Amino acid sequence: MDYKDYYETLGLKRTATQDEIKSTYRKLARKFHPDVNHEKGAEDKFKALGEAYEVLKDPEKRAAYDQLGANWQEGQNFRPPPEWDSGFEFSGAGAGAADEGAFSDFFENLFGQARAGGAGAGSGGQQRSRQEFHATGQDHHAKITIDLKDAFEGATRSISLRSPEVDASGHVQLKERTIKVKIPKGITQGQHIRLAGQGNPGVGRGQAGDLYLEIYFHEDPVFNVDGRDVYFDLPIAPWEAALGAKVKAPTPTGVVGLTVPKGAHTGQKLRLKGRGIPGKPAGDLYAVLQIVLPPAKTDKDRAFYEQMEREMDFNPRAKLGVK
Amino acid sequence: MENRSSEALPGEVIEMVTLTQLCQSCGVQTDWVVELVNEGVLEPQGPDPKRWQFSAVSITRVRVAWHLQRDLGVNQAGIALALNLLEEREALRQQLQRFGRSVPRSIVDADGF
Repeated sequence: MDYKDYYETLGLKRTATQDEIKSTYRKLARKFHPDVNHEKGAEDKFKALGEAYEVLKDPEKRAAYDQLGANWQEGQNFRPPPEWDSGFEFSGAGAGAADEGAFSDFFENLFGQARAGGAGAGSGGQQRSRQEFHATGQDHHAKITIDLKDAFEGATRSISLRSPEVDASGHVQLKERTIKVKIPKGITQGQHIRLAGQGNPGVGRGQAGDLYLEIYFHEDPVFNVDGRDVYFDLPIAPWEAALGAKVKAPTPTGVVGLTVPKGAHTGQKLRLKGRGIPGKPAGDLYAVLQIVLPPAKTDKDRAFYEQMEREMDFNPRAKLGVK
Repeated sequence: MENRSSEALPGEVIEMVTLTQLCQSCGVQTDWVVELVNEGVLEPQGPDPKRWQFSAVSITRVRVAWHLQRDLGVNQAGIALALNLLEEREALRQQLQRFGRSVPRSIVDADGF
């Protein structure tokens, strides 16, 4: 297994005081908390911080970790020396960020036993429910990301779920399973789908918990979603804006014809009522007009612009009071 | 596990949840959620806690709130503030995305005269 340099994870020297460890952890945890920081990698970083803090905040665990020596490098292949923890007594791990997922092999090998053994002290639901004979399994939450089209048409999606389970030897392991879910038509971002009995297994005769899936949409190159309303930019030519036009526009379910009104301007929204995400009521679809300037590539193009300049009485900067 | 077959499972879209359902699904205590309501973090419909109905978005809010308290030690007032700011930030991010698409960004040095 790979050695974990917990001091490096927190960016601290090995001589750091307990107060420094606490304040540094707090600062970094706020920065990388997955509910606050949606950047890629933030969640992994947050978990690594939680693991490092789990060890370093506890003077007993820290002392045991320290005596492994300072010469190990992050990621270096590591085997704990025999009896490495003799003389140290670990109290049970607190709940903290820890109970949502398994820690690294490194942590589990060194401190894992103490973690499972300290069930009484921890408040992790997993551990607590093991002590009861019959208990309903915990509800499980997961996010599922679907295409906007799925919300319009409904779909079936397979998702992989990883959930921590305590094995016979008391170690926490991530178990993976795949389920297929029907995505109902008309679902929107932020809504939840409940799958009864698909949460964590119950204990004894207890029922399994439920699985809650929170819906997210993949970013779409064309469409933006706000609730059930859908927006997209519709480029039009200056003469289409000035004179009005009938144009074709994309929708998540196909192409529609659209009438651009005379005197249209950039940013103007054309609403297609009820053409947003289906539902009661259905959302609207908005085409946001963007006037696109034709490039003056040829002599003929340029002559055309010159003619407009001569013949049209137009000062785009009239509001600024300059010409 | 045997009953977890490869058949597609029909999901039930959640519109509203009761206080009990909300607490059960998020694994939190009732009193704690009531405090969130008092803090204005959640706005259930209904006259009293027994008949409260929460919108499904409350599930996300309660879960984030619980993570903020558990992981960062934020108290209820802090949670209320953080949730507002997070949602405001998300709305701005989406707006920015909508704008960013239509405005191509390029800078050219202008010839002042």
